[in-house]
Amino acid sequence: MIKYIFKRILSLIPVLFVVSAVIFLVTYLIPGGPATALLGMEAAPDQIAALNAELGFDRPFLVQYADWFVNVLQGDWGRSYFLQQSVLDAIAEYFGPTLSLAVLAQIIALILSVPLGILAAYKRGTAVDVAAVSVSLLGTAIPGFLLSMFLMLFFGVYHHWFPVSGYAALGEGLLEHLRYLFVPALSLGIVQAAYITRMTRSSLLEVLYKNFVRTARAKGLKETKVILVYALKNAAPAILTAVGQSFGSLVTGTIVTETLFNIPGIGMLTLSSINRRDVFVIQGVVLFVTLLYVLVNLVVDILYGFVDPRLQPGRK
Amino acid sequence: MGFTHKNASAASEAILREQRQLRKERLLASPGLIIGAAGFMIVLLFAIFTPVFNTADPNAMVVADRLQAPGSAHLLGTDELGRDLFIRVMYGARVSLWVGGCVAVFSCALGTIIGLYASYFKMLDQILMRICDGLIAIPGILLAIALISAFGTSSWNVIWALTIVYTPSVARTVRASAMVIREQTYVEAAKVQGAGSFRILWKLILPGVISPLTVQASFIFAQAIISEASLSFLGAGIPAPAASWGNMLQASKLVLNKAPWTMVVPGVAVILCVLSLNLLGDGLRDFMDPRTKGGARR
Repeated sequence: MIKYIFKRILSLIPVLFVVSAVIFLVTYLIPGGPATALLGMEAAPDQIAALNAELGFDRPFLVQYADWFVNVLQGDWGRSYFLQQSVLDAIAEYFGPTLSLAVLAQIIALILSVPLGILAAYKRGTAVDVAAVSVSLLGTAIPGFLLSMFLMLFFGVYHHWFPVSGYAALGEGLLEHLRYLFVPALSLGIVQAAYITRMTRSSLLEVLYKNFVRTARAKGLKETKVILVYALKNAAPAILTAVGQSFGSLVTGTIVTETLFNIPGIGMLTLSSINRRDVFVIQGVVLFVTLLYVLVNLVVDILYGFVDPRLQPGRK
Repeated sequence: MGFTHKNASAASEAILREQRQLRKERLLASPGLIIGAAGFMIVLLFAIFTPVFNTADPNAMVVADRLQAPGSAHLLGTDELGRDLFIRVMYGARVSLWVGGCVAVFSCALGTIIGLYASYFKMLDQILMRICDGLIAIPGILLAIALISAFGTSSWNVIWALTIVYTPSVARTVRASAMVIREQTYVEAAKVQGAGSFRILWKLILPGVISPLTVQASFIFAQAIISEASLSFLGAGIPAPAASWGNMLQASKLVLNKAPWTMVVPGVAVILCVLSLNLLGDGLRDFMDPRTKGGARR
């Protein structure tokens, strides 16, 4: 198992290398250098040249890249000139609400999708199945932020059940925190659930007609035990993969949804950075979220081995 | 019992006829494919012909008509600057279809080139696939945001940024299918006869990857429409006065409680368009994959 984990981590090195090169290239390739973006169109050419030189963007590409790479490893992700703060500090400051929202959305997604997927697979071909598949198809067609707007209209504007927008930190009490996060988390959760429901259904369908399920039934086990223990356990890796893969869309969905609900998370940071063309912050956010995404998928891969020991390499 | 030539040709004709019949049945048995294609055609026709039959300017502001509810004067109401939402949503369809279509075509073309050559040359494969792995690891919208914030907002920059986002997944699909076809006997035979790599890749392997490619193109089309709307919504997409669905949604954010139709109109447009494309993609996949009969197994 340790060897497997080690191997998996080792295989990440080329991926992270390419990721870092791409993210660095994005700022390197800005026409006129990053200073043009920071100072704006009306800045004088000599001012731009001076700032580019100060930031070290007049040196050869490989030197710049190596320098940036080493700095990133040492925790120096650059400075935001607008926030008067280091990029990593800014991300740390804005990350809390995003994490809360993403975790809550993932929990809602799992609560909705796994039972629905199981039910749809079990009642395959019936009205329940058709309804579940149609709803999940509709869910994949709605961008998260759009669903947020519909829910915001329904819950906040028409019924006043939940606040229309805003945020309460965890320090103000858990209930208040959840009250503000519920509608955005629900909309993100539904979009996630659409994908996970389909994966749960199809992976369960694949094992539902296997011999071991028939054997379990033949020996007189209760139907709930057959489905929830025997079948679901074998469908679990596929469901886990779906959760891992959809994590990227969850975080990006969170970013867009936050700006709608005025939640002071990474999304708001990104939005204000886009408007100011604060390229270093955007670079930092992309790097941070990508690292998170890669890490989540690493954890998913390692979990496989525990959920289904047959998938561990070196075991038959 | 002699199996004459005549018998054989009759038998093969019967098989072909049966295949045609089966194909027709499969097509009719998957309502998703037909509904999806019809929905997409409707959006497409509206997008093409609205400017022909209705010459109103989508950016014309009539301040007296601000935030009018849907009615006889303005079919779908007006927005906060008194612009007619029906006209704007139709011009928005043009933007979305243009961006989505360009992204689908460009990323499929680029992805096919990369995937085919990666499947054939081992060294190239290592390099190209590591780059693709890296690009796939960066969440799509964020990569697009980074690219657009570096190069500025314009519809072409949105198209290029999203093309970079979706090309790696096309390359992977094409490579995976091409690897299977490469092992087929007819490819081996062509190689033995001295066919060059260009001929093998483009004449023998390419036809075999067309069907998974078509399916993926329709999904990328749909994804690109969602992404464009999200990017415009964040202010990193199509620049502001232009009528794009994302811009309309962003504008509606501020008047949501006074004029919910400003959000519902472009919102429903996005959903209809993306849903049609997804149904079309699902239907195509079931139709082209002979292992699934009539789309029963999804």
